[in-house]
Amino acid sequence: MINSYVIDRRLNGKNKSAVNRRRFLERYRKHIKKAVNEAVNKRSITDMEHGESISIPTEDIHEPAFGHGHGGKRNIINPGNKEFRAGDRVRKPQGGSGQGQGSGDASGSGEGLDDFTFTITQDEFLEFLFEDLELPNLERKELKEMSDHVYRHAGHTSQGVPNRINIVRSLRNAHARRIALSGKSRRRLKQLKGLVEQELAKDEILRDGHSLLAWQAEIERLDQKIRRMPFIDDFDLRFNRNERVPVPSNAAVMFCLMDISGSMTQNTKDMAKRFFLLLYMFLRRNYEKIEVVFIRHHTSAKEVDEEEFFYSRETGGTIVSSALKMMGDVINDRYPPSAWNIYAAQASDGDNWNDDSPLCRELLAKTIMPLVQYFSYIEITPRDHQALWHAYEDVRTGFPDQFAMEQIIDPSDIYPVFRQLFQRKTT
Amino acid sequence: MTQKPISTGSEWTFPLIQEYDRVISQIAQEYRLDTYPNQIEIISSEQMMDAYSSIGMPLGYHHWSYGKQFLQTQQNYQRGFMGLAYEIVINSSPCIAYLMEENTMPMQALVIAHACYGHNSFFKNNYLFKTWTDATAIIDYLVFAKQYVTQCEERHGVGEVEKILDSCHALQNYGVDRYKRPSSISAAEELARQQEREDYQQQQVNLLWRTIPVPDSKDVPQDLFTFPSEPQENILYFIEKNAPLLEPWQRELVRIVRKLAQYFYPQRQTQVMNEGWASFWHYTLMNEMYNRGYITEGFMMEFLSSHSAVVYQPPYDSKYYSGLNPYTLGFNIYRDLKRMCEHPTDEDREWFPDIAGKDWLDTLHFAMENFKDESFIQQFMSPAVMRDMHLFAVYDDEDESEYEISAIHDEQGYRKVRALLAEQYNLSMREPNIQVVDVDLRGDRSMTLRHTRHNNVPLNNDAEKVLKHVHRLWGFDVHLESVQGNDIRQRLHMPPRELSPGQVLEEGLRYV
Repeated sequence: MINSYVIDRRLNGKNKSAVNRRRFLERYRKHIKKAVNEAVNKRSITDMEHGESISIPTEDIHEPAFGHGHGGKRNIINPGNKEFRAGDRVRKPQGGSGQGQGSGDASGSGEGLDDFTFTITQDEFLEFLFEDLELPNLERKELKEMSDHVYRHAGHTSQGVPNRINIVRSLRNAHARRIALSGKSRRRLKQLKGLVEQELAKDEILRDGHSLLAWQAEIERLDQKIRRMPFIDDFDLRFNRNERVPVPSNAAVMFCLMDISGSMTQNTKDMAKRFFLLLYMFLRRNYEKIEVVFIRHHTSAKEVDEEEFFYSRETGGTIVSSALKMMGDVINDRYPPSAWNIYAAQASDGDNWNDDSPLCRELLAKTIMPLVQYFSYIEITPRDHQALWHAYEDVRTGFPDQFAMEQIIDPSDIYPVFRQLFQRKTT
Repeated sequence: MTQKPISTGSEWTFPLIQEYDRVISQIAQEYRLDTYPNQIEIISSEQMMDAYSSIGMPLGYHHWSYGKQFLQTQQNYQRGFMGLAYEIVINSSPCIAYLMEENTMPMQALVIAHACYGHNSFFKNNYLFKTWTDATAIIDYLVFAKQYVTQCEERHGVGEVEKILDSCHALQNYGVDRYKRPSSISAAEELARQQEREDYQQQQVNLLWRTIPVPDSKDVPQDLFTFPSEPQENILYFIEKNAPLLEPWQRELVRIVRKLAQYFYPQRQTQVMNEGWASFWHYTLMNEMYNRGYITEGFMMEFLSSHSAVVYQPPYDSKYYSGLNPYTLGFNIYRDLKRMCEHPTDEDREWFPDIAGKDWLDTLHFAMENFKDESFIQQFMSPAVMRDMHLFAVYDDEDESEYEISAIHDEQGYRKVRALLAEQYNLSMREPNIQVVDVDLRGDRSMTLRHTRHNNVPLNNDAEKVLKHVHRLWGFDVHLESVQGNDIRQRLHMPPRELSPGQVLEEGLRYV
């Protein structure tokens, strides 16, 4: 007698606890957020691609239950006696709660006093990181001609390629057709069978041999007719139909502008990079498609790749307008504002040639601001503001919704400043 | 004729598992192990973690605390602090046993013997399980509970449901009937009766709390009338039936937590017996398989190393010591029972005249079927076991600066050690004895709980937090008094009471 069944469950979902896990994170949202905020300032630049380990004081997540406390009198049985005799007396250890505790109340001793530590995934990390933030001035741009189509399910057709056959519908049709086309024959068949039976029930002498033969022949014919009915026919087939539906473009381009003149130290550049990285991750969560353009400049601007942008170093003076000019050109060449959401972030230590700053203001106000969704400028310097800052202040007055600027002094400012720039505005 | 071993490698396959199961089942039948049908499920380690965090139940309602459990397990496992158990087995019919895919073939065989024949036969035949749980209905009930909780969440919001469940969980050890046999749970009935019950219960509660006074009969003076008329140990049940402000759906949630607690109650009372029984049988079955040539020596070596890890008892002064290992204790007692039957000594004849020299299978089955941990130890632990394990009793009085060794494993100490150990496994001693003693029906509707101290052991620091939960369920003031003999040693109130300076002094003096 077989009394056991062996079942392979490995293919079943393994994330049964996902909901409960989610609930837990939800409940301790405040703790986790705090840990995330601390973590983002401590992390190295290349380190945003993984989750984070979160600690919560055990006390805060403890589920209380009635239990015995310390004190009173109690007997505890222990194993492994080596030298004790009945009646021996042993000094209690000073301080602690005594050695015998463990066996008596298993409930309390299981959990240590350490913090409760667990890991959240990168996605969760980013979600906590960017909670309450939103992209300013996000717009659905015009339909782009290429690529931006999705295939949506759109009913069924009678024609198509074999891999799109809808089996259920096809078989249902076949079934219906068989019923419809054979109905008459079946009815007749039933009737004939009844007649034959009636006839056969009669005494042999009374039978009408002629009709009987005719009926049997007809039964034979009908049977074959029904059997000839194809199980499935060409016109039973139904295919899933998909339709190409154009979707509004949801593409964004992000311009990173950075000063790499001699006055920018590696440290300042690191801070800038963190800021750019945060912005990039944030944009990526909001847009399916995002392109990044890196423009660096000293006295002249150059479009470079990421590696060069962050790590090469050059010396020389600073002309900020060169980068702005270049950005304008790139937009005109490749990113028509009708199809792209354009964001720009500029980082600098505030140094600029004095007679260049007014030019920057002009460029921004006239050519760039009308094209972009949002322009943020961070100045990474502990010193007083210089001409560039004041020039930009004028721009801010002109475009209060689209232009933001903040100062960053040390790495711990980056995240708060970032939050401030993208804080969800209460409308 | 020599038997060819079933397998030689350490890789397992489905046909091999079936073959081992068949052989083990045959031998188990020779030993009269009577089991529910087995449903052996192979799962991955991630799934095992899922199973862990839902207390081994194949499905359960959603609650953040299970998420916490899961994260904890995951973290410990990934850091290598703990290995996962080789198996989890569920008291249901068919009896579901989870096997991890990472296990080697010898491990799988060990687990099958342990869970599918050891635990399974225990579930089916121990009197506590027989009378208190209904193995065929539990899965359906879990489905019902899960659906009901989900429905409530949809109707009343996750937050509201969570609050009630939090409070119930805090009291779940006080949601069991210890002495009265509960009615069995059946999902179909639950569902059918639930609506009816909602209406009826609300009506009952309303009756109790009706504000228009009913004229009392003249014979009974009003102040003698207390409610409840007798102290109630099942606090959740009392709340479900009597809490004035709970909505019907909230009562139903209380009921669900209570029913599940009741279902697990026998397991908590038979840890030593159950694990010991399963360990004894995996040991016996595997040895028998080896004797008959079904398994190789290498296989046996691996089995024995796992087995000895399972039944290892670190001594009290080891840094690994965390109390008595129930596997070891149970295994030793069963094995010693068998020894007493087969090779009795004079001591055994004196201590266990009914057992020494008798049929060992009869004796073991009797011992497994009719006891719980407490009475099992009291009845069957022999001096030999105490000597082997070097058991000794330590007396700890908070007023003394020294521990006293009150008894050890010698002629004078056997009975005392055994009695103390049995008491240690008495569940009602392990958990504080707290009962509902009074509800102020005519006044402020406050509920009073009484903690009756055993040896003056106070409550732990959670008491106040738990009271908050009681307060949430009850809806009015809750008082807790902690009593030793006739003295009230401690009072707690929820919401907390401002103490006058005199009372503060008095409270302080209690602990001097």
